[in-house]
Amino acid sequence: MAAPMKYFYELTVSSSPHDHGPNTTQTIMRDVLIALTPALIGSVFFFGFRALLVTMVSAAACVFFEWGYRKLMKLDSTVYDLSAVVTGVLLAYVCPVTIPYWCIIIGDFFAIVVVKQLFGGIGKNFMNPALAARAFLFSWPVIMNTWVKPGIQNWAGLLSTADAVTAATPLAAMHLGKLPDASLLDLFLGNVGGCLGETSALLLLVGGAYLLIRKVISPRIPLAFIGTVAALAFLFPQGNDRLTWMAMQVLGGGVMLGAIFMATDYVTSPVTKWGQVLFGVGCGLITIIIRYFGAYNEGVSYAILVMNACVVLLDKVGRPVKFGAPKKEAAK
Amino acid sequence: MAFSFFGGIHPKENKFYAEGQRVQPFPEPDVLVIPMQQHIGAPCKPLVKKGDPVTVGQKIGDNQGLCVPVHAPVSGTVKAVEMRPHTSGMTVMSVVIENDHLDTPCPDLTPRTPEEVDKLSPEELMNIIREGGVVGMGGATFPTHVKLSSGIGKVDTIIVNVSECEPYIVADDRVCQEYPGDVISGLQVVMKILNLQSAHIALEDNKPEAKRALLSEIDPKTGISVDILPAKYPQGAEKQLIYAITGREVPSGGLPAAVGCAVFNAGTCKAIHDAVYDGMPLVRRIVTVSGDIVMQPMNLMVPLGTSFNDLLDAVGHSQNPYKVLSGGPMMGVAQFDLNVTVTKGVNAVTILGAQNRFYVANPHCIRCGKCMDACPMHLMPLMMYQAERKNDLEELKALNLLDCIECGCCAYTCPAGIPLVQSFRTGKQRLRDAAPPRPAPAPAKS
Repeated sequence: MAAPMKYFYELTVSSSPHDHGPNTTQTIMRDVLIALTPALIGSVFFFGFRALLVTMVSAAACVFFEWGYRKLMKLDSTVYDLSAVVTGVLLAYVCPVTIPYWCIIIGDFFAIVVVKQLFGGIGKNFMNPALAARAFLFSWPVIMNTWVKPGIQNWAGLLSTADAVTAATPLAAMHLGKLPDASLLDLFLGNVGGCLGETSALLLLVGGAYLLIRKVISPRIPLAFIGTVAALAFLFPQGNDRLTWMAMQVLGGGVMLGAIFMATDYVTSPVTKWGQVLFGVGCGLITIIIRYFGAYNEGVSYAILVMNACVVLLDKVGRPVKFGAPKKEAAK
Repeated sequence: MAFSFFGGIHPKENKFYAEGQRVQPFPEPDVLVIPMQQHIGAPCKPLVKKGDPVTVGQKIGDNQGLCVPVHAPVSGTVKAVEMRPHTSGMTVMSVVIENDHLDTPCPDLTPRTPEEVDKLSPEELMNIIREGGVVGMGGATFPTHVKLSSGIGKVDTIIVNVSECEPYIVADDRVCQEYPGDVISGLQVVMKILNLQSAHIALEDNKPEAKRALLSEIDPKTGISVDILPAKYPQGAEKQLIYAITGREVPSGGLPAAVGCAVFNAGTCKAIHDAVYDGMPLVRRIVTVSGDIVMQPMNLMVPLGTSFNDLLDAVGHSQNPYKVLSGGPMMGVAQFDLNVTVTKGVNAVTILGAQNRFYVANPHCIRCGKCMDACPMHLMPLMMYQAERKNDLEELKALNLLDCIECGCCAYTCPAGIPLVQSFRTGKQRLRDAAPPRPAPAPAKS
């Protein structure tokens, strides 16, 4: 005789664990967006309101393409994980503030549809979408190489930068083996020409600190990246002032933005500890090689893209030794 | 000396629900269903048949080989010997006893004075422990006498596990607070069998009351020390605990004895004491009945064979249960039939409400690597998941899937909400299915 069923509850049965931590993909992406905000505020201050508009248009376009592609292909929607917003903001950050809207929207299409979704969507792409799109946008070299002189005068135009004064970036000077005109303080604060979101080392570091405190990123990649750039610049300076040269190489261009926000992109960076260190070192090394010997004066984005392609290999090298592995095996 | 093991997580402890509740005797149910499989190893064969009278502590099931007997917790009549649902999700041969509420003790039970115990040899003590039906009561239910006999001469460090890192559960905490003398006396029996002069009692730093109670009972001459570890899940996992106390790594696929350690749960020590001194076999255990929708969380001294339905009735719940777990939320087994009964390894029944629902229909791994940072076995859960999805058995082996302890840290921390542990269980089963059949075991001796 079977025991009588005393109650009937609709009990859910699943494999343990039955508890889940506070992190979701959405909270992580939200944290990244929060960390990117100081740099955006700085950009509006230096380059005017157009910086904000370009960023918002880019983010909106990315969300639209993400939504549209998933809808068209009858896949589950991944809009709510906010990863498309992050891609849109990052792409805006690595473009000049003067970029026409049609141009950045083409970039957004390339980033989301070609680089990300054609490979299977979030988590499957092997290249950083924002940086790959930036490389693609260099099909319009003039647009991508117009730099605005930062300053209050940009505020007058409010939304357009038609009257903006163009300026050379610090990297262009350094590419010729000279120290730029700007002071170190200007470079640190971001009061120099450059891409929309990359100029202010200070504000990017504030965002990076937030990500570290929230444990969104580990310091391994940024430290290895920035450390390698600093060490190589220190060892092979151009001009007399070794330390200033080193500081300029680290603070100028996209090293900070690249090291803190681009190279740490989960999907396109190694997951193993030693893989991450090697990844950062490789990024720094290629950055310096391109800056010193390349035809183009900025190397961060290409360095990261090249290293993106090495991730599988780096993760093989960095595979952790399991707990309780025989010590001899561990030594091999 | 305390080390911190790698990885791990800090889930919400939620111990406050049942922490302050004294252990209460559970009103003996009218009908008890006692499964013949309450330990790792060969299931017991029933020694009674329908209609037989039974007495408290009477042996009702036993077998040869890796096995410990099962006893009747109450006196009464055997109503049936049949297959009944078990907390593992299977049906298991069980003895159904109708309680006569007379509590007639079994005439074989023999209490012993400390002097008598002192005269017993290790072999005699181990036999008493086996006949007392003692198994590891932390959940693994490994026969204690086997752990002891295989540890003689190899073990130099005894660790009593009171880390109890699972959320909600406070059963071991309460055992140490309310029966510290029994725990220590059971531990001294273990020390005598293993011929060791020292032992560690490992507590997490969230159990100050248990620490105080134990310290007040410990005679400094006994060589027993209380080690406080920083609270972290899965501290209570045997390999992690051994590392935290001694810094030794149990080799992959090996037993703690390989690094000279033997770990015993606090409840097991009390069960050893009861079997050796009181002559009472393991027929009751302390169960924490808790959960976020429970009206009155309790720690209960429950006769084995009590159904989960009765426990749910005792504590009450404010809404329909969403999940009822045998164990805690990290490693507990979700039940679908509340007619299952408390066995030797059930340290808690956790009743969770619908607000614990967490399910992502199409999880997308974002390669954040948080699972790797959390894995106390230094594995690569995200790679193992991919290999399992592709059914790549070679790769699963190369990624050391079989070293996974299924603690759930990876799945807990995964922002994408991937059911990693479920995938690993599937993968392990596939590896087992694909393994060449083992050579037929030699016929058991004796």
